[in-house]
Amino acid sequence: MKSFSGKALFLDRPDINTDEIIPAKYLTEISRDALAPYLLEDLKLDGFDPATDIAGKRVIITRANFGCGSSREHAPWALAANGINLVVGECFARIFRQNMFNCGMMAVELPADTIARLFSTFADLETTVQTDVDAGTITFSAEGESKIIPFTLSGFDADLVTAGGWVEYADANF
Amino acid sequence: MGKTIAQKIFDDHRVGTPDTDVHVIRLDAVFCHEITTPPAIVDLQQRCKDRVFDPARIKVVIDHVSPAKDSKTALQGMILREWARRHGIVDFFDIGTNGVCHALFPEKGFVRPGYTVIMGDSHTCTHGAFGAFAAGVGTTDLEVGILKGVCAFRTPETIRINITGTLPDGVFAKDVILSVIGRIGVNGATNKVIEFAGLVVDAMDMEARMTLCNMAIEAGGTCGICAPDRITVDYLWPFIKDKYESPDEALAAFSKYLPDSDASYDQTIDHNVSNLTPMVTFGYKPDNVKPVSEMAGTPVDQVYIGSCTNARITDLRIAARVLAGKRISDTVRAILSPATPKVYNQALEEGLIKTFMDAGFCVTNPTCGACLGMSNGVLANGEVCAATTNRNFNGRMGKGGMVHLVSPATAAATAIAGTIANSPLYTE
Repeated sequence: MKSFSGKALFLDRPDINTDEIIPAKYLTEISRDALAPYLLEDLKLDGFDPATDIAGKRVIITRANFGCGSSREHAPWALAANGINLVVGECFARIFRQNMFNCGMMAVELPADTIARLFSTFADLETTVQTDVDAGTITFSAEGESKIIPFTLSGFDADLVTAGGWVEYADANF
Repeated sequence: MGKTIAQKIFDDHRVGTPDTDVHVIRLDAVFCHEITTPPAIVDLQQRCKDRVFDPARIKVVIDHVSPAKDSKTALQGMILREWARRHGIVDFFDIGTNGVCHALFPEKGFVRPGYTVIMGDSHTCTHGAFGAFAAGVGTTDLEVGILKGVCAFRTPETIRINITGTLPDGVFAKDVILSVIGRIGVNGATNKVIEFAGLVVDAMDMEARMTLCNMAIEAGGTCGICAPDRITVDYLWPFIKDKYESPDEALAAFSKYLPDSDASYDQTIDHNVSNLTPMVTFGYKPDNVKPVSEMAGTPVDQVYIGSCTNARITDLRIAARVLAGKRISDTVRAILSPATPKVYNQALEEGLIKTFMDAGFCVTNPTCGACLGMSNGVLANGEVCAATTNRNFNGRMGKGGMVHLVSPATAAATAIAGTIANSPLYTE
C-alpha cells in the first residue's frame, strides 16, 4: 500500500481542472516521473507558487470538483511523482477520482463543512497529515491543533487501494 | 419502475458487481489514441500482460499531434503503430487516413445504439449521440479495457434534459450546450449520465447531437446520450444494411434502448431555447457563459475552427456561409482544421475550402492540435482566441492564453470583425 501521510498542501478553490494539474504539452512524456517538475504549473490561484509550495508536500486538501476536465491519468501520475498519493476534497470529478483509486491512490470525500473547518483551522499553518487506512481516520496536526477526521471508502475502492490498483484486481477477477 | 437508456445498456452488459454501487460492464469497443494509450501499452509490457481482449473491437488513431511535431510525439506514434501491428489491430488510422477521434470513429460506423465504449479521452461522451454508453476514462481503465474488455462504473444515475421550444435561426447546438452548461455548472452532472431529449434534439442531425453530447463532460457528465431514432438509423445505414432487412427493422431493434416512459431520473430539466441567443464563454470555466452580444467588440488575436466539438462538414458549411465573399480582419489570424479526411475532401468538393482560403484562413490537416495547445495554433502569453472547441481552461491553448468558446458561425463572424461578433445568420 502507498503512503498517505505527510505535510499538507491547501488549495483553496473549487473546480481545479486537470489542465491546471498537468498541462497538455507535457502529455508527450512516456515516463511518469518526467511529469514531476510540471505539477500544478498552470493553477490559477492567488498566492500559490508551484515553484516553492509543492516541495515536501504529501497530501492535498481542496474544495469541490477537483480534477475536472480531461481524462488524463497524467494528473494522478504527476501527483505521485511528487510523493502525493492522497487528495482530500468535498467531491471529485468522476474520471479523476477513478484514476486515483485505479493507481492505488486515494481521493477522499469529506462533507463541505468539514472541509471548511479544515481550511479555517489549518490552511495557514504548517500542517501534517497522518492517515490510517484500516481505521479510516485522517489526523490533521499543527502547532498544538489536532483533529481526527473519520472517512469511509467503499469496499471496491478499499480493494483497489489494497491491491495497488485496478489492473491486477481486474486481471484476477474478470 | 422503468429504465433509462444507460440502465438498459448496463443491464445488457453487466458481468459483475464487486460492490453495491459498482458495475463491471462488457465493452463493445475500446478506442485508442497516441497520448493516453502508449503508457498503457508500456505498463502492460512491464506486467508481462501484453495482450488484447479482441483486436476487432479495438480501434486506434493517431490524432492529437499529427504529423508528429518532435521526437517525443514521434515515439508515441511508434509505440502505438508497433502495438497495433503486433496484435493484428486492423482499424488503425495513421497519417493520411487519420482524423479527430470523436469525428472519425462515428464516420466509420464504429458506434451503434446500445454499445458500450471507452477511450482514454474525456470527450468520448460524444458517441452517446448514437444511443450508446460511451465514457472517457484514464489510462488504467483503458489498459484493463484493452486487456479484459471490461470497465467498472458506478450506477448510472441520469439527468434528463428536455430541450424544448424552437431553436432560432443562427443559433446552433453549440449555443444550446453552452447554455446548458452555464445553467447546471461544471459540477452539475458529475457521476451522472445526461439524456438529451425533447423536440429540438429530435430535429437535430447526428452532427449536432454529437456537438451536444461532446460537451456533457464539461458539466462533469459521464456520458451524454440521445435516444436512437430514424435519424440515427439513416446515418448508420451504410454500415448496418447487411445486418437488417430495412431501416425500419433496424429502428425496431434499436428501440430496445429507448428510455421507458416511467424511467427513474435523478433530475429532469426543461431547457427552453426559443429565446436563446448565440453564446460565448468568458473566464476559465466552460460554465462562464453569456450572450455573444454582451461580449461583442472584444478583440481576438486568433480564430480557430476545429476539434471534436465543431469541425464536421455541417460546421464547415455554416462557417463558410458566413465567410463567403468576405475577408478576415487584418488583426486576426484564422485556422481551420477539418476534423477528418472525409470532411476535408467533402469541403474541397463543395468549394468550402476555397471560401475559407479566399477569406484568409490557414487550413491544416485533421488533428486535435491547437484545441489543447499541442500544435498547429498554440497561443502566446496574453493572446485571445475565439475557438469552436470545448475548453477555456487557463492555459488550454497555450500558457497565458485566453479562449472564448463559440459556435462555427460566431467564430467565422469574429474572424471577419476581428472582435467577438454575432453572425449575420442570427438576427435579434
